[in-house]
Amino acid sequence: MVDTAKKKEKPPVVESLLAPGHRACAGCGEALAARLIMDAAGSNTIVATTTGCLEVFSTPYPESAWKVAWIHSLFENSSAVAAGIEVGLRALGREAGINIIAQGGDGATADIGIGCLSGMFERGHNILYICYDNEAYMNTGVQRSGLTPFDSHTSTSPSGSVSWGNPTEKKPLPQIAAAHGIPYVAVATAGYPVDLQNKVKRALSIKGPKYLQVHVPCPLGWAHKPEDTIEIGRLAVLTGLYPIYEMENGEVTKVRKLGKKRLPVEAYLKPQGRFRHLFAKPEGKEEIKRIQKIADGNIERFGLV
Amino acid sequence: MKRIMEGSMAVAEAVKVCRPHVIAAYPITPQTHIVENLAQMVANGELKSEFVNVESEFGAASVVLGASAVGARTFSASSSQGLLLMGEVLFNIAGMRLPVVLACANRSVSAPINIWNDHQDAAALRDAGIIQFFAEDNQELHDLMIQAYRVAEDPEISLPCIVNLDGFILTHGFEPVEVCDQKLVDEFLPPYKPLNYLDVKNPMTFGALFEPTWYQETRYRIQETMEEAKPLIEGVSKDFEKTFGRFSGGLLEKYRMEDAESVFISMGSVVGTIKDAVDELRKGGEKAGVLKVRVFRPFPTEAIVEALSGVKNVVVMEKMISLGAGGILASEIKQAFYRNPQAPKVDNFIFGLGGRDIPLESIVEAYEKTKKQDNRDVFVDLRKEALEVDY
Amino acid sequence: MSKPVGIVTKPGSSKANKTGSWRTTRPVFLHKDCNDCRICVMVCPDGVIFGSDSSYDADLDYCKGCGICARECPKEDIEMVLEVK
Repeated sequence: MVDTAKKKEKPPVVESLLAPGHRACAGCGEALAARLIMDAAGSNTIVATTTGCLEVFSTPYPESAWKVAWIHSLFENSSAVAAGIEVGLRALGREAGINIIAQGGDGATADIGIGCLSGMFERGHNILYICYDNEAYMNTGVQRSGLTPFDSHTSTSPSGSVSWGNPTEKKPLPQIAAAHGIPYVAVATAGYPVDLQNKVKRALSIKGPKYLQVHVPCPLGWAHKPEDTIEIGRLAVLTGLYPIYEMENGEVTKVRKLGKKRLPVEAYLKPQGRFRHLFAKPEGKEEIKRIQKIADGNIERFGLV
Repeated sequence: MKRIMEGSMAVAEAVKVCRPHVIAAYPITPQTHIVENLAQMVANGELKSEFVNVESEFGAASVVLGASAVGARTFSASSSQGLLLMGEVLFNIAGMRLPVVLACANRSVSAPINIWNDHQDAAALRDAGIIQFFAEDNQELHDLMIQAYRVAEDPEISLPCIVNLDGFILTHGFEPVEVCDQKLVDEFLPPYKPLNYLDVKNPMTFGALFEPTWYQETRYRIQETMEEAKPLIEGVSKDFEKTFGRFSGGLLEKYRMEDAESVFISMGSVVGTIKDAVDELRKGGEKAGVLKVRVFRPFPTEAIVEALSGVKNVVVMEKMISLGAGGILASEIKQAFYRNPQAPKVDNFIFGLGGRDIPLESIVEAYEKTKKQDNRDVFVDLRKEALEVDY
Repeated sequence: MSKPVGIVTKPGSSKANKTGSWRTTRPVFLHKDCNDCRICVMVCPDGVIFGSDSSYDADLDYCKGCGICARECPKEDIEMVLEVK
């Protein structure tokens, strides 16, 4: 039963720091994650965003969904722009109590922007970098990126009579980030909103460069039902394909265990059109086995069961 | 008191007295001495700036963009490939109306790789919405750096500025320079007060998406501002003269043009050599002069037409070319005289590319050619061997 | 610049854009079994579920009808119905 005394402690819901009216698709995992992240960070935050869906859907001039100080410059430089913001504020004596967040999609982070990102880590700026990982270039029409998963169908890694889709596995960006010796690295998903917000708060409590990679299901690009966004996020974790964890000073400090909830990878692959080709032919079973191996590897590596 | 110094130090000394909050740069020859000098000043505690060693010129430009967006005064420097790598960000800085100031040690553009001087790097950014100055010598360079901050940060301008200095010729060339006094600079250049900046108390959105219904007006505004910058640049130069007792700015400089019939037009350090050539020609009874283009963007169209009033022959000497179209400065000067019945004959020469020496005799020879024939996009001192022998 | 140069000065001005018109299905909050867990509030991508004390509703000016709230409600207290216009 609901405790009535406890109930009264909850103030009415207030509008998010990412305001409604933005043009994200219905059920957008990235919009959801961005909203949760902004609300966890609070209004004393300056955000630098890369070019991509997040920027396009939130800022068609003269409208802006952002209620925090926000800047978009280019596709590959939100980390460097944020670095400029950080040193600029420090030089001006205005840095106290301000969170600086740099953010971008998986392509902006893992591919075109990795140079600037590495520079930001190496120089030790007090910035939280957030990678919204929807596993392809969604804004330009679902092309593969360095974070597109194995065998995923995208418009530039299509499945076909002699192809099972994307031939490579995801670039290990959290490990690349951690190898810079930065104090905090975490992986989360829009499928576990409370966990995501806790990781944002934890990250912002630590001084120095932080990296948070967030799995954000994309109903359009992944071809799943919009109402399944949270469920897809959960399934990614429960199959072991997208382990969510925290690393501090290079060591894994926390993982979300699967226990008895562990599921075979089919549970994650089947509801998504981008993996449909794996189920269309009998030979697809072999491919699914290979994907299961990836999940098994993650489970062993991170001790998920 | 004058001190003998490299152009790179003349830039660094100017930047120092402008007290930038943030400097971000990446090494490239022949720019590197500038930021090395600044890094040493910061290391010595003489300059209180955040000096950010970045991973690329692209990163350097992005860092100063971010810093400028929070209201900091910024500086960066580059050259050639580095400037081109910054290019995407520099267009962005201009579009966001951020008054970033940069120095460009002018160098040719690869391929083939060549680290020596010409103006092709600056030319590549002529359409970006950046105000561009070209310095002839180290004193002018020093003075233009300080004026560039005033121009860039003027609330009615709010555009980035590049001060161009010829690679090696100025960057590594020693000349006496009177370094501007800090107190006077503080008077001349007030602290930067941005009208818009990133602030958690007034959370604005910078860099929004502009659909076709909005974008064109942003270009219109920059073009309009460029026009408005012309008188402002002249005014800033006069203010500078009042404060420091030296006139070293303005859109153009005239040399021996009082009664000139034939006038050279050029930019950068080579103007010094051309002045010597004019002195020689004058000795031989020629009515020759020089018009130095100190400000390349905004292009001083009206001032050039006015300065060339009564001139019969114009000899454009430039270290850059729009490949497939021809001399850049020449075409802009010709355009300035479009449908003007008093238009002079305009001959143009391309020279000094990739650091090729420019002897005085070659300048005189070009001048003589203009008397005999029309000269369009004529390359000066082409080497037969380099054209005919394949190694 | 004393002239407008394209900086958005009104934070949250996206509210001028009523995305509710996109909707094909609409969440109906039944207000029967709500346990005040606020999962619906948490999972709404557009942040348009408001209210307090076990009384929550979607702001239909903006709700795009994705259906995540109904899918995630542990009490099945939200129903998606076809939008009829």
